[in-house]
Amino acid sequence: MQNIELSTKDLSVFYGEKQAVKHISLDFAAKQVTALIGPSGCGKSTFLRSLNRMNDLIEGSRITGEIWIGDENINDPKTDVVLLRQRIGMVWQRPNPFHKSIYENIAFGPRYHGIRDRKKLDQIVEESLIKAALWEETKDRLNQSALSLSGGQQQSLCIARSIAVSPSIILMDEPSSALDPVSSAKIEELIAELKQEFCIIIVTHNMQQAARVSDRTAFFLMGELVEYDDTNMIFTNPSDQRTDDYISGRFG
Amino acid sequence: MSAKTKDKLATAVIVTLAGIIVLVMAGLLGFILVRGLGHVSFHFLTSAPQTIKEGGGIGPQLFNSLFLLVLTMIITVPLGLGAGIYMSEYAKPGKITDTIRLIVEVLSSFPSIVVGLFGLLVIVNTFGLGFSLFSGALALTVFNLPLMVRITEQGLSGVPAAQKEASLALGISKWKTIKSIMLPISMPVILTGTILAAGRVFGEAAALLFTAGMSSPRLDFTNWNPLSPTSPLNPFRPAETLAVHIWKINSEGLAPDAPQIAAGASAVLILMVLIFNLLARWVGRLMMKKFTAAK
Repeated sequence: MQNIELSTKDLSVFYGEKQAVKHISLDFAAKQVTALIGPSGCGKSTFLRSLNRMNDLIEGSRITGEIWIGDENINDPKTDVVLLRQRIGMVWQRPNPFHKSIYENIAFGPRYHGIRDRKKLDQIVEESLIKAALWEETKDRLNQSALSLSGGQQQSLCIARSIAVSPSIILMDEPSSALDPVSSAKIEELIAELKQEFCIIIVTHNMQQAARVSDRTAFFLMGELVEYDDTNMIFTNPSDQRTDDYISGRFG
Repeated sequence: MSAKTKDKLATAVIVTLAGIIVLVMAGLLGFILVRGLGHVSFHFLTSAPQTIKEGGGIGPQLFNSLFLLVLTMIITVPLGLGAGIYMSEYAKPGKITDTIRLIVEVLSSFPSIVVGLFGLLVIVNTFGLGFSLFSGALALTVFNLPLMVRITEQGLSGVPAAQKEASLALGISKWKTIKSIMLPISMPVILTGTILAAGRVFGEAAALLFTAGMSSPRLDFTNWNPLSPTSPLNPFRPAETLAVHIWKINSEGLAPDAPQIAAGASAVLILMVLIFNLLARWVGRLMMKKFTAAK
């Protein structure tokens, strides 16, 4: 695989005594979409949240192993997680815009990271909204509350918010599962656009979605990585029987 | 007895009990207001009390109560906010945090006369602050602080985790997240709680008897120099508050119209507390709308 953006080596996540993720080694390529699939409780979301050290927030959680971005192991205790998270964006299952205006939702991150110039901020807001395909709908109402947007628009706004701090990687945790089919399709289109620029790692329960949007797919089961291959291969000719059973709907 | 009859019986009992409480409350409120409001006038609210003559007012006491309230809040709000933020966001669960929480709870249930005596021994005598507004404010801080800490803690823990995570995931520091994302969302809860706590300060008497004192010097309301002993703004002068005045005039008032004055002052006090409560609700609802409503 060329241009590896992020890779994990022997990554395990524990919640107290329970091991939720077991010895995962995975490489994620730049400008590609990687889907993480598997039944509920297989550890795929936990794995995703450990990539930007979000699991640090959970009391009693512990991560072992290595997470490499370039030549830096970000699971090192010395890593500045605040700086790290600027490089890794995240989008959640439920849209969670800040209780602020549309403009402020996007400008909040860049301004904190040192951009004070109003013109520059305006430009970032516009570019981010254009990339998130939300500019046309919101350009005349940037000062309105973000909560006045529809669910799908809110999710696009959350994506715009995360790309505004110019990360290289975007983590998505079932980003369209709380949306209606039309909004969901829009988010999928958006993912296809964004992959020209970002390394996208997406957790999804929706097999069709994984097949449609991703280049590579990893199948998780009970905290272990069962199979990792090109999405085509996984969905047409999986090498492991358990993968075959899962994608053909025999369990999960 | 059938299940249906039992159910009806239970409903009847509960409604009766609730009715009794409402009646007692309404009776009390009505009694105080009816007895007192007749005596309340602009003159009554603004003029100084008389020791032996008729026609004294409660002006200085009303001012003292308000001033003490402001002073107490200036001390309590930053301390309580800080401690509340620490308890909710920084303290790691464990023995020490549990102990702090227990102490805070105990502090808030202290009898106020004990706090008053503590204030007399420590603040007034040992620290040498004397009977003063400042001593009173410190004593009131003792039981206002726990309330403030709990309110802040509740407010912050009510903020959806998704909001906090979204901010942290942008590479925003913890403090900035608390300040710019979490505090604004919890502001309605915190503000409502603060105003309610303020209402309590207004009605407090026992803790002030030995700290803020039971007398007011002659106040010159044209003297705004806070260092002058006759200035109403001087925080180091003794100050009798409205609640203390009611107590004093009832037990040792010499003016022939003392009962009327006490009744009028009580009515004013109750109305003020009522206003605080209504204000708290109104502000809370207003802020809730401002921060969460889709416009």
